[in-house]
Amino acid sequence: MTPEPADAPDMSANPESDSKRSTVNRLSAENVTLAYDQRVIAEQLSVEIPDNSFTVIVGPNACGKSTLLRALSRMLRPSQGRVLLDGQVIQSMPAKKVARTLGLLPQSSIAPDGITVGDLVGRGRYPHQGILRQWSVEDERVVQESMARTGVAELADRYVDELSGGQRQRVWIAMALAQQTPLLLLDEPTTYLDIQHQIDVLDLCAELHEEQGRTLVAVLHDLNHAARYATHLIALRSGRVVAEGAPNDIVTAGLVEEVFGLRCQVIEDPETGTPLVVPAARRAKLTTAS
Amino acid sequence: MRTAVKNTRTLRTPGGLSLRADVRALVVVGALLLAAAAASVVLIGTGDFPISFADVLRTLAGNGTAGQDFIVNELRLPRVLVGLLVGASLGLGGALFQAISRNPLGSPDVLGLSQGATSGALVVIVLLSGTAAQVTVGALVGGLLTGLAIYLLAWRQGVHGYRLVLVGIGVSAFVTAVNGYLLTKADLVDATRAVVWMTGSLDGRDWSQVWPLLALCAVLVPLVLAHARGLRTMEMGDDVANALGVRVERVRLLLMVAAVLLTAAATAAAGPVSFVALTAPQLARRLTRSPGPNLLPSLCMGAALLVTADWASQRAFGADQLPVGVVTGVLGGVYLLWLLVTERRAGRI
Repeated sequence: MTPEPADAPDMSANPESDSKRSTVNRLSAENVTLAYDQRVIAEQLSVEIPDNSFTVIVGPNACGKSTLLRALSRMLRPSQGRVLLDGQVIQSMPAKKVARTLGLLPQSSIAPDGITVGDLVGRGRYPHQGILRQWSVEDERVVQESMARTGVAELADRYVDELSGGQRQRVWIAMALAQQTPLLLLDEPTTYLDIQHQIDVLDLCAELHEEQGRTLVAVLHDLNHAARYATHLIALRSGRVVAEGAPNDIVTAGLVEEVFGLRCQVIEDPETGTPLVVPAARRAKLTTAS
Repeated sequence: MRTAVKNTRTLRTPGGLSLRADVRALVVVGALLLAAAAASVVLIGTGDFPISFADVLRTLAGNGTAGQDFIVNELRLPRVLVGLLVGASLGLGGALFQAISRNPLGSPDVLGLSQGATSGALVVIVLLSGTAAQVTVGALVGGLLTGLAIYLLAWRQGVHGYRLVLVGIGVSAFVTAVNGYLLTKADLVDATRAVVWMTGSLDGRDWSQVWPLLALCAVLVPLVLAHARGLRTMEMGDDVANALGVRVERVRLLLMVAAVLLTAAATAAAGPVSFVALTAPQLARRLTRSPGPNLLPSLCMGAALLVTADWASQRAFGADQLPVGVVTGVLGGVYLLWLLVTERRAGRI
């Protein structure tokens, strides 16, 4: 949490330090109020996405994590406050310019009937193209590279509707990669996938983050996945940030109880040394209750 | 190196400009244009005074006899041109609406635009006993007002596919009821005139109908095609399109206005010719086998379809016996059944 400016020693420097703060990290939300119609999801919410982090947003259902991601990716205009990208209010920037900086893989993506993998991935190049620049050598190279990077190059001529769920998610990630954005936002990329494909997609995300220094922001349901893969964790409850920081620093039994209302133990993950949440057994609950 | 997208060719200039085209779609467009042109020539030669294929071509080039020149250039050519333009407008309007609603049934005749234009025409015919030109204006106004009503009723922080189709069907039912009421108020002469108009016909169309339609198409077609790439990204969902830097709501509003104008103008010129807007995009898509709105192929398919249907209606039942709308209606019904059967086999419904 940022310190209250009223206590700061030199108040005259505040506006400057305030504007400096927004240039420190490329993406942030400042005091945003997020609402659908009249339904307010979050009020006065401030979030910083550390550059070059793999940030994961977690929280119970309806805590506003997907809504926050929508605001960060300018799909939802905050009714108050602002989302800043590179120091500018994101809504005021040209749409294609934002799309060359910040990519989003939404949950509600539709593969058009009869589209091939190569065609779909190629559509990720849209913000780099124009009416007289429809398919440059660079476009071709980036699309091939994105498909190779996500392991779908050999599927290029296959139809997307023929693929398995795991393959399809890789294709969508390839499309987002073809957009070549330094920031990439993913809304529940592992939903509806089998466990091996979930891990597969998350491993891919971790590689994309580590190898290319890309800033990744993902909303994940599974707290253990979040704790294992995130370098920075944001825990939300009822539209409010309960804790943020490295998983090793913030994931405790107390936090899990506070955020999810779940009694548990937190142990060390034998594979990675990250926190592993083990929910309390039903019997243990009974004994403590009696 | 193998290209990422199969069946496409790219043309690049040293200055960094590049154009890309789907080879198969280009072939389909060429073939449809050829078919439309051939059908037009045959149609011009058909009638009470048959003229041979060669004579039609010679007369069009300005080398015919005076009699042939009058029949071809004054009587039949404008009718064929109106047919081509109406078909093209309906094909393009249909492709736009189907892409915007992401629904093969989301075409202007299902959404009530044609019925709205009919209401406008019926008001002029039945209540005002207006001239043919006034009927045209009435149909145009009716179509535009219906389009506006659908947009406003369907708008809820943006217009989305399902709501657009459902609101459209509701509006369509309402407007159809109004049309029925207007018909019951008409006397026999007006009612006959109204019913002929309502089936869609190209009888007696002349140059005065060609020019406004041509002007409208000349403005709208390039405008629409310039936004085709944005529309293509919207196929993948609004969120994906937004993330790719498309101003979704703005593009959608612009294309809807264009589609309403095209449909209303076509309906004003030829009456509500049924099913061309519904079928042309789907047939074009099955020929190109390519995803995407297939705007240009749909436009060409609409033109070819309408001229062919007009020829069939004259050929099979004698000149001017059967309005073209009846033939397209029969074709459309068969097509719809075929679509339902094949889609069901594919397990989609």
